[in-house]
Amino acid sequence: MSQDTGTLRDWLLSETPTSRRQARWAAAYKGWLTLRANHMAMAGLAIIVLLVALALFAPWIAPHDPFVQDLGNRLQPLGSEGHILGTDSLGRDILSRLIWGARITLYIVALVALIAPIAGLLVGTVSGYAGGWVDVILMRITDIFLAFPRLVLALAFVAALGAGIENAVLAISLTAWPPYARMARAETLTIRSSDYISAIRLQGAGPLRIIVKHIWPLCISSLIVRVTLDMAGIILAAAGLGFLGLGAQPPSPEWGAMISEGRRFILDHWWVATMPGLAIFTVSLAFNLLGDGLRDVLDPKDSPQ
Amino acid sequence: MTQPMTPALQIDGLNVYFGAPHESFHAVKNASFTVEKGASFGLVGESGSGKSTILKALTGLAPQWEGTMRVAGQQLGAKRDRRFYRSVQMVFQDPYASLHPRQSVDQVLSETLYLHGASNIDDRVNRLLEDVGLGSAFRFRYPHQLSGGQRQRVAIARALAPEPEILLLDEPTSALDVSVQAEILNLLSDLRAEHHLTYVMVSHDLAVVAHMCDQAAVMQNGEIVEILSIDAMRNGDARSDYTRQLLAASANRVA
Repeated sequence: MSQDTGTLRDWLLSETPTSRRQARWAAAYKGWLTLRANHMAMAGLAIIVLLVALALFAPWIAPHDPFVQDLGNRLQPLGSEGHILGTDSLGRDILSRLIWGARITLYIVALVALIAPIAGLLVGTVSGYAGGWVDVILMRITDIFLAFPRLVLALAFVAALGAGIENAVLAISLTAWPPYARMARAETLTIRSSDYISAIRLQGAGPLRIIVKHIWPLCISSLIVRVTLDMAGIILAAAGLGFLGLGAQPPSPEWGAMISEGRRFILDHWWVATMPGLAIFTVSLAFNLLGDGLRDVLDPKDSPQ
Repeated sequence: MTQPMTPALQIDGLNVYFGAPHESFHAVKNASFTVEKGASFGLVGESGSGKSTILKALTGLAPQWEGTMRVAGQQLGAKRDRRFYRSVQMVFQDPYASLHPRQSVDQVLSETLYLHGASNIDDRVNRLLEDVGLGSAFRFRYPHQLSGGQRQRVAIARALAPEPEILLLDEPTSALDVSVQAEILNLLSDLRAEHHLTYVMVSHDLAVVAHMCDQAAVMQNGEIVEILSIDAMRNGDARSDYTRQLLAASANRVA
């Protein structure tokens, strides 16, 4: 082809792709161009990339060990020597703890983002496509989970399973999947009766193939958007559990647990609780901004043209 | 049963219902017609007259029906098997709705061929695209990169993929603009001659039916009012009042 003369950009934006690979890359590249035009979404993406980098390189970036206590240096204010964000009640460097805490936050977010939407997608699409009794049973189970306040249900799970990060993740996932199931079901109901599903049925495709290869790709984009928008809620729920002492256990530098520790000094030493609070706020905001931008890119209803 | 050739399609006393049993809507009432092998049969009527519903019942998309339907002498049961879908295929009305928005032309055709157990899928995809006048340049495009007429060509290629004997056409041109309509109709005529297909074509446009079919059934309120040949239609030899009205309404276009 004309790859030697044309640039990579021309190859990607070609109106007549010549291979499967090119068609797929071209679709991805066009999505990226749309996303790049949205400055707020790019800001969100930048913050998340920074967070991932912080988490990956925490041992090299963090100025201090997040666990080393120095009682002579406790509750140092912002900008004190060697501790830009001050120290907490045990003299630990808050900046270092925030950087190490990014790992825990990402760990929680990644696990919940893997478990909840996939469970919701499965339940929702099967329920929506099968209809009848399957639908009734699956949706009533979803109703039961939806009827509980999220944090209270998570509290009950953690109380039953024991405190700790893994159980907190499990509890949050168990309370987070029903909205995804509802959304996937609603989408499946409209997709199910469309002509392109009838068309593939007329080729003799079975329900499994139709759900996995034809319904999932259309549900996943709105699900991804919903997940990024929910990320803020997930981080807050994890922080809430940490704050209540049911998530990460001390001395782990989880952001919610750090706020909980700082609460005791909030009037005299506000930065101890405020700094992790700001971190939670920033990351939640970043996920929200990115989610908003992704919606513009991924929503199949207004495809370009 | 000493007929020299079994008809391609035989429908006898077909009733189709929609909705829950106690409040169901009787969409098709006691419809009967026969389509000979290689013929082109039209179903005309205003919208809501049940013409598309007959196709849906035939393909198994409208499950509540009674009566007998035979394809090449084989009686159809409640479920359709893959052999049925290899001999009967359908082209849908709206090409903007009948292609998966996230699948390229290649994916649509390859999957269809795969489902029918075809070998050398790559070559066949290219051949299908040639058959419908698109060519392999369109192979890796997505539906949103195609015009309405091009999409309908892809939909026709998909229906031709299993090499069916009967093609059901559900108003294949009504969503397209006039110049494209003619192209698609000519393509369908050519394909019929080339692949020895039997057509059942639903349309509300008498001119289209007159151009494409040898015989047509006129439907009103779920019933077949009369079955007449296209020549009779052109000469205005209609027996029922409704057909005469319909012909009068589009008089200058049928001839």
